Amino acid sequence: MKATVHVTLKNGVLDPQGKAIEHTLSGLGFKGIGDVRQGKFIELDIAEKDKTKAREQVDAMCRQLLANTVIENYTIEIIE
Amino acid sequence: MSKITPEIVAEHGLSKEEYQLVLQIMGREPNITELGIFSVMWSEHCSYKSSKKWLKTLPTEAPWVICGPGENAGIIDIGDGDAAIFKMESHNHPSYIEPYQGAATGVGGIMRDVFTMGARPIANLNALRFGRPEHPKTRHLVHGVVEGIGGYGNCMGVPTVGGECEFNKSYDGNILVNAMTVGLAKANNIFYCAAAGIGNPVVYVGSKTGRDGIHGATMASTEFTEDSEEKRPTVQVGDPFTEKLLLEACLELMQTDAIVAIQDMGAAGLTSSSFEMASSGGVGIDMNLDNVPQREQNMTAYEMMLSESQERMLMVLKPGKEDMARAIFEKWELDFAVIGTLTEPDADGNGHMVLYHKGEKVADLPINPLAHASPEYDRPWVPTPKRETLSPESVAAPTSIMGALKTMCGGANGSSRRWIWEQYDHMVMGDTVQRPGGDAAVVRVHGTQKALAMTSDVTPRYVFADPVMGGRQAVAETWRNLTATGARPLAITDNMNFGNPQRPEIMGQFVGAVEGIADACRALDYPVVSGNVSLYNETNGTGILPTPTIGGVGLIDDVSKTVGIGFGGVGQAIIIIGETHGHLGQSQYLMEIIGRDGLAMEDGAPPPVDLALERKNGDFVRGEIISGTISACHDVSDGGILVALAEMAMTANIGAKIEDVSGQLPLHAWGFGEDQARYIITTSNPEDVLERAEKSGVWATLVGTTGSGELTIGDEHSISVAELKNAHESWMPDFMSHPEAH
Amino acid sequence: MKACVIVFPASNCDRDMQVALERSTGKKVDMVWHRESDLSGYDLVAVPGGFSYGDYLRCGAMAARSPIMGAIKKHADRGGLLLGVCNGFQILTEAGLLPGVLMRNANLKFVCRDVELTVERNDTAFASGYTKGQKIRIPVAHHDGNYFTDDETLKRIEGNGQVAFRYVDNPNGSLNSIAGVYNERGNVLGLMPHPERLVDAQLGGTDGLPMFDALAKGAA
Repeated sequence: MKATVHVTLKNGVLDPQGKAIEHTLSGLGFKGIGDVRQGKFIELDIAEKDKTKAREQVDAMCRQLLANTVIENYTIEIIE
Repeated sequence: MSKITPEIVAEHGLSKEEYQLVLQIMGREPNITELGIFSVMWSEHCSYKSSKKWLKTLPTEAPWVICGPGENAGIIDIGDGDAAIFKMESHNHPSYIEPYQGAATGVGGIMRDVFTMGARPIANLNALRFGRPEHPKTRHLVHGVVEGIGGYGNCMGVPTVGGECEFNKSYDGNILVNAMTVGLAKANNIFYCAAAGIGNPVVYVGSKTGRDGIHGATMASTEFTEDSEEKRPTVQVGDPFTEKLLLEACLELMQTDAIVAIQDMGAAGLTSSSFEMASSGGVGIDMNLDNVPQREQNMTAYEMMLSESQERMLMVLKPGKEDMARAIFEKWELDFAVIGTLTEPDADGNGHMVLYHKGEKVADLPINPLAHASPEYDRPWVPTPKRETLSPESVAAPTSIMGALKTMCGGANGSSRRWIWEQYDHMVMGDTVQRPGGDAAVVRVHGTQKALAMTSDVTPRYVFADPVMGGRQAVAETWRNLTATGARPLAITDNMNFGNPQRPEIMGQFVGAVEGIADACRALDYPVVSGNVSLYNETNGTGILPTPTIGGVGLIDDVSKTVGIGFGGVGQAIIIIGETHGHLGQSQYLMEIIGRDGLAMEDGAPPPVDLALERKNGDFVRGEIISGTISACHDVSDGGILVALAEMAMTANIGAKIEDVSGQLPLHAWGFGEDQARYIITTSNPEDVLERAEKSGVWATLVGTTGSGELTIGDEHSISVAELKNAHESWMPDFMSHPEAH
Repeated sequence: MKACVIVFPASNCDRDMQVALERSTGKKVDMVWHRESDLSGYDLVAVPGGFSYGDYLRCGAMAARSPIMGAIKKHADRGGLLLGVCNGFQILTEAGLLPGVLMRNANLKFVCRDVELTVERNDTAFASGYTKGQKIRIPVAHHDGNYFTDDETLKRIEGNGQVAFRYVDNPNGSLNSIAGVYNERGNVLGLMPHPERLVDAQLGGTDGLPMFDALAKGAA
């Protein structure tokens, strides 16, 4: 089974890289860009066959390592 | 096995003649794997086929040279059983294509060259050349290259202590990224690449092999038509984390007696490392490619042999040491695999490289003919036409001397490089005595009072105008920069960056520069111990300015005696060592203030380099530094006396009052002329210094005193040090903060 | 005084830390590999700078989950002195031993230079060699030194006097110019600047020396 995890900065946490991207996009002439936030995308192959159990496993991984919950949020998607 | 067509041969960069030689050596048609191996071994990069004839003329010996060119890096004896190991290498083209990764892997590669020989890298330097600032790609390239160098070096924990950065339109389409590493080893524990001991295991360590950097041209060959581009990234990605582990693991294993030979897998990876080891040792190798640690699936023998995946090493171990060595590499979480065995040479004394993959013999190549019989060309060349020397009077005066000085100190090429070196950790390892920004960096030999001084220099516009003189000047300038810290210059590494050698005028630049370098090395007892050649730096028939970057290393016996460039306090006497003739041809003044580009014949000859005079003046200055009589020293180079004085003032935040001693010369020629063999020193005891100079036959002139916040010449010309410094420090951050940079 | 320096894969200021500690304590300082699990017997544990695990994922994230961390927590719990510098500070925040996180520098660039710091308090084992309010010059060398925490935590650490050092001229965007923080008990210190880099006049300064001298004396 495959799991994907998106890790993003929580709202309210300054994202200097996102700001730089936003700035450069405007510089390139892209109009009407609002807030840009950047994050991480992590793809995992897992042996677990049960979807619910797989999600629980990945959730634990996120809490323990993949995200720093002081500043980051995460979302998990399980793909068969 | 697919048939080898003339197209496939051409795609592998081999000429018809070269392919005939392949057929002769093989006694049959090669298969695609074998052809691929020939092509990389005979590439310009690996074989030096255009440059070999000339490189052989460089002086490479001195009593303190332990190992000259030919190994991974050069080695010099620095006393007390210590050795310094160093080399400079280019990563020009990859850095233009992908600046971050190109520069990062360049730094990674040169550090591997040094630690392969048993040295712990203690310092990195980088000589960077970019196109003109206005060029739309320049900012992006500067950003990526600087970040890439920092990203790799900082993670490795090796301080980046010096280098240079120049902007010139000749590099618009071909930037130069020359990386130098200096390492320290024990002279009795150095490792070489010659394999020995029939039956000994050949071991692969480090990262896994992927399809990185496999030459683009070979993609079209018949075996590889089905797969997509995605399978073959030509940009190598650096992994400094793995390299740091590889460094520690190798140095740990080197403390044991397990290693017979070791070679890093640089360009042409497994091919060049295995051939190098076998040919140096006069043995053969049987290699089973199934055992090569692989990152991707279904890799072919061809791909494995040509992959340029980074952070890998090949070693020959003594029998029975495998388990102990494996334990070390596994502790550092690195791959370790026995992939081959050394074999006897055949009846003719030729070792063979025999490769097996999936149970089949996929290549059988005679090693010596392939490694040694690579083509050597005597490319046609024409000498560079001589230029007239410009008379000092023929170059216009500026509207304001101090205005011109400010422009030069605050211009693209005269401004501070702080923006660059503050992105490099230049203090880690706790031995950086002189940080970036001076003449040469000074790094202590850990746990001693000795230190190494190191620098990199070349003035490409001089080399273009007169390759012989420019070659001499590049060597002499490194020698002066080391001398100005009190170091005894010991040896150099040369990184020869040129255009297309198949054009006789470019080849003429190369030949001239080699001649000039050789002259200077001989006269200064300062041999070449390692080097690298980068040719074909050309876009649409326009080559770069010839750029033989010289990296110099010197020894300081007592680091407490070293001096920096900042004025050594208030009320110090300022003395210029060496005679001033007001040479403005090819000067920075001519470029920045008069607006010439140096290319036209009427821009004149570069300053002549009198090597005996260099030696006399330098030896005098060094003697004074070592005996503790002077408080600061700066060599005079780009921009002449006034720029040198300004740099000394800005570094110390102290001004100076300088007498107008220009005499018969126009003041701007005196102040901005780039005559060689000169230094500016400060001292609290000028009488003694002048007296000793006179006794030694060294031209020395007392010109003024340090103090106040102004730099003043004569009665009329004055500027505040703060104003100069502001101009000097702001050009680069202002340039780089433009939004397009990100 | 018995001190050790923890070594993670790609720690790279471990030797510098060892040199500084040995200079002040006059005793051999052990290097402890991150796979070890026992730190009993040490008075001071130092987590050095570097790029543990290449700074991959997040600075300090992987090291904060390595086997030695259990022993480090135990050491801190029993009141042992724990010093984290640069990557060591990042690791201690990732491990929850110190409040806050270190984010990418506000200008996104690695920065290596001497900076001026204000000593916020001197009643700890780490800072007793300084005076309160003293300005000291210490180098920084980091890409991720931008100290951040939520408002509530910020209020708490400011209220508790947990701020150890502040930048005079903020080089990285840190909240309240925070350069280093203590835990509540004051036996754990994390800071981005490298005091171990300026303990030798030959290298340009000795403002880091009082910290190591104080540690050597205090934990004797």
